[in-house]
Amino acid sequence: MPDNANRIVSTILEGLPFTVIAAVGGIALTIVLSLAAGLALLSRSRAVRVIARVYVEGLRGTSEVVQLFWLYFALPALVGLQLVPLYAGILVLGLNHGAYGAEIVRGAVRAVPRSQVEGALALSFTPAQRMRRVVLPQAFVEMLPPFGNLFIQLLKSTALLSFIQVTEIVQRGEQLRPTHGADLPFIYVVELLLYLVLALVITAVMRLLERAACRRIGREPVRNRFLGGVG
Amino acid sequence: MSNQSDPPMIRFDNVVKRFGDNTVLDGFTCRMAPGEFVTLIGPSGSGKTTILRLVMTLERVTDGLIEIDGSPLSHMHRGGKLVPADEKHLAGVRTRIGMVFQQFNLFPNMTVLRNITEAPVRVLGLTPAEADERARDLLDLVGLADKADEHPSRLSGGQQQRVAIARALAMRPDVLLLDEVTSALDPELVAGVLGLLGHIADTTDITFLCVTHEMGFARDVSDRVLMFDHGRVIEDAPPERLFTDPREERTREFLQAVVGRT
Amino acid sequence: MTWDWQFAANSVPLILQGLLVTLQITVLGSLVAYTLGLVFALVRRARIPVVDQLLFLFIEFVRSTPLLVQIFVLYYVFPSAFGIRMSAFVTGVIAIGVHYACYTSEVYRAGIDAVPKGQWEAATALSLPRRRVWTSVILPQAVPRVLPALGNYTISMFKETPLLLAIGVVDLVNAAKAAGNESYRFVEVYTIAGLLFLLLSYPASLLVRRLERRVEPV
Repeated sequence: MPDNANRIVSTILEGLPFTVIAAVGGIALTIVLSLAAGLALLSRSRAVRVIARVYVEGLRGTSEVVQLFWLYFALPALVGLQLVPLYAGILVLGLNHGAYGAEIVRGAVRAVPRSQVEGALALSFTPAQRMRRVVLPQAFVEMLPPFGNLFIQLLKSTALLSFIQVTEIVQRGEQLRPTHGADLPFIYVVELLLYLVLALVITAVMRLLERAACRRIGREPVRNRFLGGVG
Repeated sequence: MSNQSDPPMIRFDNVVKRFGDNTVLDGFTCRMAPGEFVTLIGPSGSGKTTILRLVMTLERVTDGLIEIDGSPLSHMHRGGKLVPADEKHLAGVRTRIGMVFQQFNLFPNMTVLRNITEAPVRVLGLTPAEADERARDLLDLVGLADKADEHPSRLSGGQQQRVAIARALAMRPDVLLLDEVTSALDPELVAGVLGLLGHIADTTDITFLCVTHEMGFARDVSDRVLMFDHGRVIEDAPPERLFTDPREERTREFLQAVVGRT
Repeated sequence: MTWDWQFAANSVPLILQGLLVTLQITVLGSLVAYTLGLVFALVRRARIPVVDQLLFLFIEFVRSTPLLVQIFVLYYVFPSAFGIRMSAFVTGVIAIGVHYACYTSEVYRAGIDAVPKGQWEAATALSLPRRRVWTSVILPQAVPRVLPALGNYTISMFKETPLLLAIGVVDLVNAAKAAGNESYRFVEVYTIAGLLFLLLSYPASLLVRRLERRVEPV
């Protein structure tokens, strides 16, 4: 461990709050957009479906870096509104992963057996009640594992925010690089370990949610792969 | 119980149902009196379940008319004419009809009690306390008072089907549709569920429309039995007559095959 | 500021040069990911003690940490630590290739698992040598199933190549940035970059979806 290990660690740790805020904000936005776009993809209205489809394919079809640069460097020139880097980052993280999440929501809703909808229909639930009370709670369980993976992807994507000078973990590390050439291995190990810990936190939270959700519908939770033997 | 002079609870007038080129119901006409217990029998694919699904509005008629208690179900009045019903009209009539499914279709995301109270609260507007009381009375009736807080997946098939029956009754339907309700049950659980249904039929004035392969049950509880074949009713008679002295060759063959099998 | 068609047209040649680099990295990175992923899957299947656990941890580690940091490690740490000096381009191919190999290894594993057990037993009953079982019975059945998933990862790699601008690779986005820098206009260049991504990855994903319907994917 290098002599100035303390200084390096504390500098990189200063970036941690920004990484966490970006990830949490991005995840929150992802959840909202995934639900909205996912249900819109299943709408009876063709217009609504088309709009949702354009959003999903447009965001999945372009690179996240391009989206970030476009929002941060190009959009201000068009509308005269300069976004704070962190907000621009959260917006892109949410918009991008929301497009992937929309497909997760759509798939999970469609996987709920038709007989459940008929059971709800026979009890005269309205379409909205059928979705909210019967279909979504069951689809929710199916969504959790893929959403867990999506959130890990999102966490990894927060590193892109260093491209627009958000002082998150990677950006802090890069600030150290010119003057700490000999300590580079240490710097990157610290960064990687922080991401690993954050990823484990996300996995653990998702695992808890999954267990609770499985219990709610009286099903045995499935074991996850990562550290699956222990959990 | 059945009295043909009463205004019918359900009236089918020349009902046709096609799926693509496949005609599953070919001009079905029938009147069912309030409180009557009508059983539909016949080989699988003969259109029996389709009738239940049409009454439950899970399918739309291709042609013809279905009326519930004198007002159209499959259609509605608009500008002096009958036009195919829209979702709003269907939602209005649907509350009078209940259905018990072959596969129970209990909601796994709710406890037994919630399965029964959810629709009375959300659809009929009962207070939670009222719905709760109604549900517990029904759980008593079906013999599952101690299972109120269980998840459906922890119950046996027979218990799940009892909950499904309680759930349908909680809506106080005028018409209750029974779609092969014992087909998915282990043999030793069948008698209990059928006994419960017989008891309910005897003690309520609900009109029952039942599809079953349990001929003993059909014979015991039905007021009328309709024999279906290829989308048409080929025989319509009281059970004692139909089971002992079938007039149609196809009915005879079918009954022999069913009895021979069980 | 409005859209400048003239400027947009002038930037296209430069951006297309970047696209060529992006495509080269995507193709080469895919080759690395496809082969290394299969090697990972086969090694893990062999269940060699210690090697198996280490490889498992390596794969999970790579999948849980940002590709960008892995690129930095490869580019800045490897030369001094191991004396391996690579161009930014080669670094990019290897970083992306190894990163995605950790994903494709899972795909291969699922594909191999999906081959019915009876196929192994039949091959054993015929006394086929083990190598032969793999090459003529198992893999020919597993590979078609995994093609759609591999295709999806290639599309992902394509969209992640812009990360390499951090070490100076002049990919599609970096080229767009360079074109924009000349006159400090970015609307046109980044819009063109985005459209080029869409133009290539959307049809590609439609193709993968068609493939998914043809084979039984895992």
